[in-house]
Amino acid sequence: MAEVKVLTKNFDLQNPGDPVFIDRYQSNGGYDGFRKAIKMTPAEAQQFVKDSGLRGRGGAGFPTGMKWSFVPMDDFKGQKYLVCNCDEMEPGTFKDRALIQNDPHQLIEGMLIAAYAMQMTKGFIFVRLEYRYGSSILDKAIAEAEAKNLLGKNILGSGFDFHLETHLSAGRYICGEETALLNALEGKRANPRSKPPFPQIRGFLGQPTIVNNVETFSNLPHIFANGIDWYKGLGLTGNAGTKIMGASGRLKNPGLWELPLGTTIREIMEDYAGGPSGAPWKCIIPGGLSTPLMLPDQFDCPMDYDTVAKEGSRMGTAGIIAFDESDCMVAATANIMKFYARESCGFCTPCREGIPWIYETVKAISEGRGIESDMTVLDEMSKHILHTFCAFAPGAQGPLLSAITKFRHEFDAKIQASGSHNSPAAQPTEMAEV
Amino acid sequence: MGLNDSHILALRASKNLIKSNAEADSLPAVPAELYEHLADHCTHYANRRVGLIWVMQRLQAYYGGWLPNRAIGEASEIVGVAKPEVEGVATFFNWFFREPVGRKVIVVCDSISCYLGGCDKNLEHLESRLGIQLGETTPDGEYTLLPVVCLGNCDKAPCMMVGDDLHSNITPEELDKLFVSNSKAVLKSGEAVK
Repeated sequence: MAEVKVLTKNFDLQNPGDPVFIDRYQSNGGYDGFRKAIKMTPAEAQQFVKDSGLRGRGGAGFPTGMKWSFVPMDDFKGQKYLVCNCDEMEPGTFKDRALIQNDPHQLIEGMLIAAYAMQMTKGFIFVRLEYRYGSSILDKAIAEAEAKNLLGKNILGSGFDFHLETHLSAGRYICGEETALLNALEGKRANPRSKPPFPQIRGFLGQPTIVNNVETFSNLPHIFANGIDWYKGLGLTGNAGTKIMGASGRLKNPGLWELPLGTTIREIMEDYAGGPSGAPWKCIIPGGLSTPLMLPDQFDCPMDYDTVAKEGSRMGTAGIIAFDESDCMVAATANIMKFYARESCGFCTPCREGIPWIYETVKAISEGRGIESDMTVLDEMSKHILHTFCAFAPGAQGPLLSAITKFRHEFDAKIQASGSHNSPAAQPTEMAEV
Repeated sequence: MGLNDSHILALRASKNLIKSNAEADSLPAVPAELYEHLADHCTHYANRRVGLIWVMQRLQAYYGGWLPNRAIGEASEIVGVAKPEVEGVATFFNWFFREPVGRKVIVVCDSISCYLGGCDKNLEHLESRLGIQLGETTPDGEYTLLPVVCLGNCDKAPCMMVGDDLHSNITPEELDKLFVSNSKAVLKSGEAVK
């Protein structure tokens, strides 16, 4: 299956050139999708997105039109906000960086369409601080759009206003969780909020708010410019559209490619990423760190939301991380748990205390200090950490549970090779030094 | 309109590194033009607090990379948020520093793709090269070394940032070229973030 140039029609993912600014963007059909959208009523535009089958590209895969449908419309006269989540920090995921650095107007146009469909007049692009170069590209593009009356008041004479600005964050993975992101945007500690109420009803500053991922917004101009049938036809296995697929780890040619949803994992890894870099593959994490491991006999699985889910994992962000036979899965799991232990926001006890304990235990096994009962700790803790507020700890559970299930023999072998004099890994009383 | 970041750097509290809270306290008040610029920004939002992180980022730049105690008080006054709330924000986000840091902060990614690429070996090499451990600052005040989560550059792992510059496909040999010596830790022209 060949690469499909939809989101990447203006640039090359492998050899990005200069960012596409307004003249180049408009000369290649830029803002045509928005022009079509404003000829519809907001309700029609929302229905259009619903009918297109677009699903969130940030990891959860929730249907975008459905998410929007909870925003109060005609009877609501107060301020509503639109927020773009560009807090990309999911390990193994690097697509949003490419989208904002190369084609900033595509995101702006997508946000304009969404804002129009939900009659939102203010918007933010929430950018992680490490992407400050990309944020400066967005700032320049926003200024260009304002100068052409594509942002601001009475856009293109439609009577619709939309003000957009970037917000450079101050760090922390948890900001990618949409309610934590809203707290950060409000100048608060980024602890997730209890749902309900959902952000669509009470979000930023208590007002109706939609948070969507960069890639989700970037799909919208093309859906409106080319139509629903065209968009649905892009997917190979029933999920609509293309996806920026990434692959890193034990591969000859790691990178990013725009491929139809439903391209198989094997095609991505062999045809695009060039095959294994050394030893044969042992397993992959298919879609960013928080998705369960998959084994080589599952590599013919099409990369789409539904089929990967049937295989017991999730497509997530479609950032594949490949491990090979030279990798010790106990040591790799220790690295993965270090990440979650460090990035827990600390609000819920099972996550704040449990994940560092898991990390200490896996690390002890990995370093030859493991004992039999460590596996009981891991089995139990991998369930306890689910008693939390947000999707962070369940995200940590994905790779953990799949590692201790699918690579149990590696954990057991490590423990058996350890001396019998070992004592249990101490449960940390404070945040572990990670 | 107003000040941009280079203006803030030109106005900054001291040309030298500010090494302690006591030293920060001995400096003159924040210039009126900066104070007003920060306060103005907060008026753009339905709630002034929305401007808090933006204000704190600029105060941090003004104080040369960290937030001394007085900056917590100043942010509190400018934005109209209680000091403990500002402190709560300052200690939550990893890009706010409540202790002095070097002129450049080095962040080394240790998430999974960089781990597979050998970031542990690189980090060890960098620690010995700079003569400091993770979390420390070189004696000449040039660099502070910290870990960071995935930098979103996984196809070019392992990677790190030195100040504003992203460095890809790092190896110990590459690090030797970047950091010339321990005492005069000079960074040769790094590739632009791209």
